[in-house]
Amino acid sequence: MWRDTVLMAGKDLRIELRSRVVLHQVAPVAALLLVLFAFALGPDRAPLVAAAPGLFWVAVLFASVLAVQRSFALENAEGARDALRLSGLDPAGVFLGKTAAVALQLVVLEVVLVAGVLLFYGSHIHSAGSIVVTGLAGTAGLAAAGTLYGALSSGLRVRETLLPFLFLPVAAPVLLAGTRAWQSAMGIAGSGPGAPWARLLVVFAVVYLALGVVVFGPLQEAQ
Amino acid sequence: MSAGAATVPRWSTRSTRVVRALGAASVLSVAATVWLGLWVTPPDQTQGNLVRLVYVHPPIAWVALYLAFGIAAVSSALWLWPRTRSRFWDRLAAASVEVGTVFTALTLVTGSIWGRPTWGVWWAWDARLTSTALLLVLLLGYLAVRRIPADADARARRCAVVALVSAVDVPIVHFSVNWWHTLHQQAVITPDLSPTIHGAMAWTLLLGFVAFTLAFAWMLVVRYRVEVLAEHLEDNELDVALRERRSEGPRAAEPLPTGAGAGHDTTPLVTTPTP
Repeated sequence: MWRDTVLMAGKDLRIELRSRVVLHQVAPVAALLLVLFAFALGPDRAPLVAAAPGLFWVAVLFASVLAVQRSFALENAEGARDALRLSGLDPAGVFLGKTAAVALQLVVLEVVLVAGVLLFYGSHIHSAGSIVVTGLAGTAGLAAAGTLYGALSSGLRVRETLLPFLFLPVAAPVLLAGTRAWQSAMGIAGSGPGAPWARLLVVFAVVYLALGVVVFGPLQEAQ
Repeated sequence: MSAGAATVPRWSTRSTRVVRALGAASVLSVAATVWLGLWVTPPDQTQGNLVRLVYVHPPIAWVALYLAFGIAAVSSALWLWPRTRSRFWDRLAAASVEVGTVFTALTLVTGSIWGRPTWGVWWAWDARLTSTALLLVLLLGYLAVRRIPADADARARRCAVVALVSAVDVPIVHFSVNWWHTLHQQAVITPDLSPTIHGAMAWTLLLGFVAFTLAFAWMLVVRYRVEVLAEHLEDNELDVALRERRSEGPRAAEPLPTGAGAGHDTTPLVTTPTP
């Protein structure tokens, strides 16, 4: 399973390195969202700083929809899905590999977004450690749930509209928990402790990784 | 249910009788709840007539959040498990989600009606309201997947996965929204729908639970049967259409090729007339 995970992740990342669709299209869209949020909230620093963690995670959520769509657009090419099934790779490995590739792309994108938040909104990071931990846990959860639903909607005519409809409500706890954890780590007044939220993010990631490993096989057969 | 390709599925008169009895019982018990709740029971000391919602709202919420969702989650898991895989579980899950969606929407509506005079607003970002609203969206997502044209097996797979993913999400949503609310320094208003109840009120509430559970069971069975009929129609409508079309033409006497029900492409839709 692990060998297949590495193979699958390597394949997706190699395609991304050569095509640079996520880097050249999804990342700019996410950065643009930060600018649009600023337009919506006005040029004052105070509301932007207060809202920065939430805006960051909303941007990540939308970007993850795009990244997942891209990840499965790769498999939509002529016969690629059937070839993937014929390849004899373990479905759990395929799931974990695609999840890992999406997560890695999202991490790169989040680094860009954090830089944007610090630069445009003037936020400060108080606890870099908890930012990194919660960021990684949240990203793993988003990538896992997104890959699961990406596989489900892959190959359907309505995939572009179906994926956000299914995925965003499921990912709502990540938005909630990520925002609360980052509020605490960015030292925003009135924010509670971040530790329970970090735990929730870890639980979310573990639950969806496990569920994906179990149900990805049956799901692949539906395609 | 008969196995013939063209015969419409029928149920035994006995089971139909049971379903009718269930329907009658649920209609009567809901009517009795309404009568007891609106006319017989007294208004509450603190909440006045608002307390009458307590006979409706918690029973509906119980049906939606536990019964419907529980049945959907368990039967989806049973469908995915290869040893217990049967179309029965898929249909049951679908029926349960569809009826459950109605009950979830009713939970939100009755909660909102209660909230307007109590909180002064139709909608508050209360933990229970918010998580129920998210649940409703999850259920609508399931119904959206259900409607995507696909063969029965692929549809069942997708639906079962959606149900499981949603079922796993519900406790996480519940906890996160609860914490979200309580950790946020606000006046926490939790709907206190359980004042000290006794006598006629307690019995009415109990009857409410029985009535809405019966109503759910009835709707579930009827919806299940509709699902069976819909699947039958999906499997056979092309055959039926072909048969009707052929009966119009001069080759009406010619019999249909056997086994046309399984593969739709076995019969050409337009037969070229021989010169």
